Amino acid sequence: MEELSSLMQGFAVVLTPMNIGLMFIGIILGVLIGVLPGLGGANGVAILLPLTFTMSPTSAIVMLSCIYWGALFGGAITSILFNIPGEPWSVATTFDGYPMAQKGKAGQALTAAFTSSFVGAFVAVLMITFLAPLVAKFALRFGAPEFFAVYLLTFCSFVGMGKGSPFKILIAMALGFAMAAVGMDTVTGQLRMTFGQTELMRGFDFLIAVIGLFGIGEILLSMEEGLEFQGKAARINPKVVWETWKELPKYWSTSIRSSLVGIWMGITPGGATPASFMSYGLAKKFSKNGSKFGTGELEGVIAPETAAHAAGTSALLPMLALGIPGSPTAAVLLGGLLIWGLQPGPLLFVEQKDFVWGLIASMYLGNLVGLIVVLTTVPLFASILRIPFSIIAPVIVVICAIGAYTVHNAMLDIWYMLGFGIMGYVFKKLDYPLAPLVLALVLGDKAEDSFRQAMLVSQGEVSIMWANPLVGSITTLALLMLFWPLISKALSMLRPPKVDEFAAQRPVD
Amino acid sequence: MADAPAHAPARGKGEPRVLVRNFTVDTVVAAILFAVGAVVVFEARRLGSGWSSDGPGAGYFPFYIGLILCISALGVIWQSRSKKTRDEDAFVDSEQLPRVLSVLLPAAVYVLAIWLLGLYVASAVYIALFMIILGKYPALKSVLLGVILSAVFFMMFEVWFKVPLYKGLLEPLRFLGY
Repeated sequence: MEELSSLMQGFAVVLTPMNIGLMFIGIILGVLIGVLPGLGGANGVAILLPLTFTMSPTSAIVMLSCIYWGALFGGAITSILFNIPGEPWSVATTFDGYPMAQKGKAGQALTAAFTSSFVGAFVAVLMITFLAPLVAKFALRFGAPEFFAVYLLTFCSFVGMGKGSPFKILIAMALGFAMAAVGMDTVTGQLRMTFGQTELMRGFDFLIAVIGLFGIGEILLSMEEGLEFQGKAARINPKVVWETWKELPKYWSTSIRSSLVGIWMGITPGGATPASFMSYGLAKKFSKNGSKFGTGELEGVIAPETAAHAAGTSALLPMLALGIPGSPTAAVLLGGLLIWGLQPGPLLFVEQKDFVWGLIASMYLGNLVGLIVVLTTVPLFASILRIPFSIIAPVIVVICAIGAYTVHNAMLDIWYMLGFGIMGYVFKKLDYPLAPLVLALVLGDKAEDSFRQAMLVSQGEVSIMWANPLVGSITTLALLMLFWPLISKALSMLRPPKVDEFAAQRPVD
Repeated sequence: MADAPAHAPARGKGEPRVLVRNFTVDTVVAAILFAVGAVVVFEARRLGSGWSSDGPGAGYFPFYIGLILCISALGVIWQSRSKKTRDEDAFVDSEQLPRVLSVLLPAAVYVLAIWLLGLYVASAVYIALFMIILGKYPALKSVLLGVILSAVFFMMFEVWFKVPLYKGLLEPLRFLGY
C-alpha cells in the first residue's frame, strides 16, 4: 500500500489554489483546442509548452496534462453535435452520437460521452497508480539492450497494429529518425547531415514539427472541404444528466470491456484511435441491440468514448515508467519533461517522487474537473464552432506561428513550421501515419544511444538482442509485430479472415 | 469562398475535374523520399558507418535508417505502380486546389510579413485581409478584429507572460518600448 500513501502525498502537492486554478485553465483551453479544427491535443500542448518554462515542473505538468484531458473531452462535442470528429479517436463516436443528436437526444449523447470518458480515464489512472511503480521498479534493471528492445517494440507495434501500407509506416518512422539525427551527434560531437549549413546545426525540433504537421496540415485539410458547420443544438440540464446517469449502469459490461481494450491499446502504442474502433466493434457484437448500432444507440457512444479516453490516459504509463511515450501528445509531454530538466524513465519514480505522484494525483482531479467543466459549458463551446471558418482559420495560423516562434525564439522555425504543414497535408492525403514520425523525432537520439551502447557491449554482435530471456522475448515480440502484415497475409491464405466492417472509416493515425 | 457549403452543387459546371490522382502523387513523394534516404546513406558513409576505434561511428545508426527509407520508398513506388494495389482516389480536384491554395499562399505571405514587420503587425494585417478577401466581411469589422486580437496577444506575451515575440526587421512597434 506504499502507492496509496505516495498518492496521498501527491494530492497534497497538487491541492494548492494555484494548481487547482491551473487545472481549470488547462481543461478549458484543452476543450477549446479539442473543438477547434487544426488544434489537437498534441500541437495544442506543443504551442502552450513555452509558456510553462517559467513555472515549477509540477504546476506545468498539471496544466499541460489537463489540456490533454480537455482535448480528449472536446473531441466528443464536435463528433456528436456536428458529425465532425475533432480528433481521430472520436470518429467512432460519430457513428451513434450524431444520429442521437439528429433525434434530438444530443444532451443524452453528450452526457453519456463525457461520463464514459471519465470512467475510462478513471479506470486507466487506477491502473497507472498501481502498475507504473512496478513497471518502473522492474525497468531499473534494464540495460541498454533491453531499452533498445523496448524502443524496437514501440516502433514495430506501429507496423503490426497500424492501418494502411506497412511501407509508409516504415517511411514515416525512418524519416523521423533521420530528422532527429540532423545536428550535433550526442556521442562523438560530429556534425551530421548539416551540409555546412549553420542553421541546421540546431537540428529539427519536434515541437515545430508537431505544430506544423498537425496544425497547419489540418487547416489545409479542413479548408479543402470548404467547411460549413451545421450543428445540432445542445442543451444539457441537470435533469437530462440525471436521467442519463440512471441509464448508464445498465451498460456496465460494455464500460468494463471498453476500458480494458483502451488500457491495452494505450500502453502498447496502438493508440486511442484503433482502441475506439475495436471497442465499438466489440460492443456491437456483444450487445443485444447490436443490429441497431449506427442509428443512435447510447451504447455505441459509450464504447468508443470509454476506450479512447482509457487509451489516451494509459499512453502516459510507458512515458512515465520507461520514458517511451505511447502517443504523439505523450511525446510532447515527454519533451516538456526534458525541457524542465527531468529525466523521464524508471529513475523518475525514485528521484522525483513529488513530481510523479503529483502528476498521477492531478490525473484523478483533472478528469473530475474536466467532467464538471464540460457538462456545464457545452453550449458555450458549441457556439464557438458557429464562428465562421474565415475568422477561425487565420487566428489558428497566427497561434501556430506564435507557438513555433516561442520554442527557440527563432524566425526560421516559422518557415520550418510552414514546410512541415505542407508535408503534413500531403502525408495525410496519402495515408502516411504521422504518429510514428513524431515519436521517432522525439526518441531518435535516445533510441540511437541505446542502440550504440548495446552494440558497444557486444562489439557489434546483433546476438546481444537475444542475450537473456527478457531482452530476447521483447525483441522476438518486436520482430513478430514488424512482420505481422506478412504473417497475417499468410494466415489469411490458410483461413479466410473475418471482414473488418469499419476498416474504411478508420483514419490512419 | 471560405464559407462555401460542404457539398455545394457545382454551379452549372458539372462535377469538379480531378486534377491528379493519389497514385501519381504517391510515386512522386516516394521518389523524393528515396532521394532523401540516399542522401542519408551517403552522409552516413562519409561520417563513418562502420566501426571506429572507440565503437560504432557517427554514421552507424543513420546508415540503417537511410537504408530502411530507401527500401520502403521503393516498396511504395512498386505499390503505386502496380494496377492491383494503386490508390485511384482523387488527390485533389479543380474545386479543392484553389481552396487549399487560398489558405496556403496567404500563409506563406504572412510568414514573409512576420520576417519584415514582426509578429504583431503581420498578424493584425493577415487576419484583417483574410476576413475581407476570403470571408467577404466589411473592412471596418475585419480591421477592428485583427487589431484587437493582435493587441490581446501583445498583452498576453509581452506584458503578462514576459515572453518577447519577434518584432521584425523593420521593427514598426519600436515606439512602444518593448
